[in-house]
Amino acid sequence: MKLSNTFSRRNRILLRELVVTDFKLRYQGSVLGYLWSLLKPLFMFAILYVVFGHFAKLDGGIEHFAVYLLLGIIFWTFFTEATNQGLASIVERGDLIRKINFPKYIIVISGTLSAFINLLLNLVIFAVFLVINGVNLHMSALLFPLYIIEMYVFSLSLAFFLSASYVKYRDISHIWEVLLQGAFYATPILYALQIVFSVSDTAAKIMLLNPVAQIIQDSRDALVTTQTLTSADLIQNPLVRLIPFVLVGVLIVVASYYFKKHSRYFSENV
Amino acid sequence: MSQQEENAVVVDNLSKSFRIPLDNSSGVKQALVNFHKRQRGYRDFHVLDKVSFSIQKGEFFGILGRNGSGKSTLLKLLAGIYTPNAGAVHVQGSLTPFIELGVGFNPELTARENVFLNGALLGFSREEMNGMYDEIVEFAELGDFMMEKLKNFSSGMQVRLAFSIAIKSNSDILLFDEVLAVGDSDFQQKCFNYFRKIKEEQDRTVILVTHDMSAVQKFCTRALVMNNGEVVMIGDPKDAAITYQAINFPEKYDEKSERQKVDLILANQEDNVFKTGDTLELKIVWDKQLKGVENIGVAIMSSDESYVFGTNTIIDKIALPDDKRELIYKAKLNLGSGTYTAKAAAFGETGDDTIFFNNLGLTFHVKEDAQWGGLTYLDHEWVGGKQK
Repeated sequence: MKLSNTFSRRNRILLRELVVTDFKLRYQGSVLGYLWSLLKPLFMFAILYVVFGHFAKLDGGIEHFAVYLLLGIIFWTFFTEATNQGLASIVERGDLIRKINFPKYIIVISGTLSAFINLLLNLVIFAVFLVINGVNLHMSALLFPLYIIEMYVFSLSLAFFLSASYVKYRDISHIWEVLLQGAFYATPILYALQIVFSVSDTAAKIMLLNPVAQIIQDSRDALVTTQTLTSADLIQNPLVRLIPFVLVGVLIVVASYYFKKHSRYFSENV
Repeated sequence: MSQQEENAVVVDNLSKSFRIPLDNSSGVKQALVNFHKRQRGYRDFHVLDKVSFSIQKGEFFGILGRNGSGKSTLLKLLAGIYTPNAGAVHVQGSLTPFIELGVGFNPELTARENVFLNGALLGFSREEMNGMYDEIVEFAELGDFMMEKLKNFSSGMQVRLAFSIAIKSNSDILLFDEVLAVGDSDFQQKCFNYFRKIKEEQDRTVILVTHDMSAVQKFCTRALVMNNGEVVMIGDPKDAAITYQAINFPEKYDEKSERQKVDLILANQEDNVFKTGDTLELKIVWDKQLKGVENIGVAIMSSDESYVFGTNTIIDKIALPDDKRELIYKAKLNLGSGTYTAKAAAFGETGDDTIFFNNLGLTFHVKEDAQWGGLTYLDHEWVGGKQK
């Protein structure tokens, strides 16, 4: 899987068609069509905001808690969509894999791409909310694209692992579902990290080693409010702060290798 | 060195086996159980064993074998869909497999939308497909239906659409796995025309995997016979057909003699070309060793395996001669231009009890210059007009 070959013409053509087909199938026949993918995170945000923003207050006194919360939800939605769709993608397209030879990773990428497109559109809505809430942007906002890329690469590597394992072990989908549920609460999405920190600073530091938590907190810090507790605030050692980035870098390499090794036998098992 | 450049495909000591799971449940739990019990959850099933051969550029190469002989696995290894356990496949040039027509077809999308994904799998971009779109629709004769969902198409229509896209492929090597056995006779004719055209142009290599002996003889320049995962022979298509029949129907074929146990010989002329209305005279000879022969039958098939006419001595209330084991069959050929095969069989008392069936038969041609067409000539007249 040479990198130069990854973006060859034929692969790009195939990727494009797979994404287009996926979109058409997903949203045709539904009343609101594509609007659903934008409304879902908004609905979730509305519910969580009312419950945890007003009734069981978990906002830790942070300003602009509404947009703070929304950004976390948007990222989490992407993470679950990308990994779940990526997980199932190989088995779902067994019809293609059994009949024609082509690089299998294209299928996983196409599975994550539709989630990525949704992410970008949701971020547009988020931008509107930012303006409505009167949030001032700083220079740190320029770091935001970096976090988006980090998020995509992390999700893609997990998708590679999950999709390859799912071919042989079909209960992976249940295992992943449960892990995601747990991870949702172990990541400071619907509550401010200050709440955890006030109980145990070690726990807060450990939570920030999780790349998703690091990405969400750093993005909130860059775009919403500097009151966000990020790894820069909690962890003195800059090398330790780099752990999530290094983890993502190592993960994509290992995941790609794992996937490539197993992809040779997909056609027999899928 | 130049020999190597001439090769389109080289198969080198290829072996392939599959792991068949022994348990019904698959999953992490089962894997852990097996690990704990130190047992394998699968058994090895060997499909191909040290297969080696090469195909040269421009050849129309047939791979004959029964279901289970390993030919489809070999095809998938050639196409790169499976990975070998040992040995290698070397391919020179672009290769497109046609294991199923309409790969990627989704019933929920319209026919038009399906054209693009299928084209992408064959290597064509959306722009290229747009350029070829009208030709494809015209060839498939589906002009009014392209905006309908594919699930509303009959299977015949789907195959026509898929085939019309497939023939646009400009790969150096084409691989067919019995795909063209589906469809109605009109479609079969289109397939045959396509194959004939490719064979004449000779700039592409074609590999045809099948268990149809007559297709191999009709189109192939060279053929290979597979049995139980091994190559049994490679060579002339007619020899391949004979070998195939010998392996798979051994009690009905005598290897020592080249003649079949029920044979057909042209009795009234030297060559096998006739005009419409001529008499076909065949001497049917059956071997002394065949016991209990009560009935001899002759069937005439057209080149696309349509059943033209068949009858036997019991239907026609003829008793077989006591002293000799031969009979002459005469038939008036009210047939249109084309190639036909007469096949003969020896039966016991009932029509189901086949003692020997000569499936290769005797091929003959009808060449008629007149302009009427069709499979059969019917005696006819026009009433009310004037003779010119």
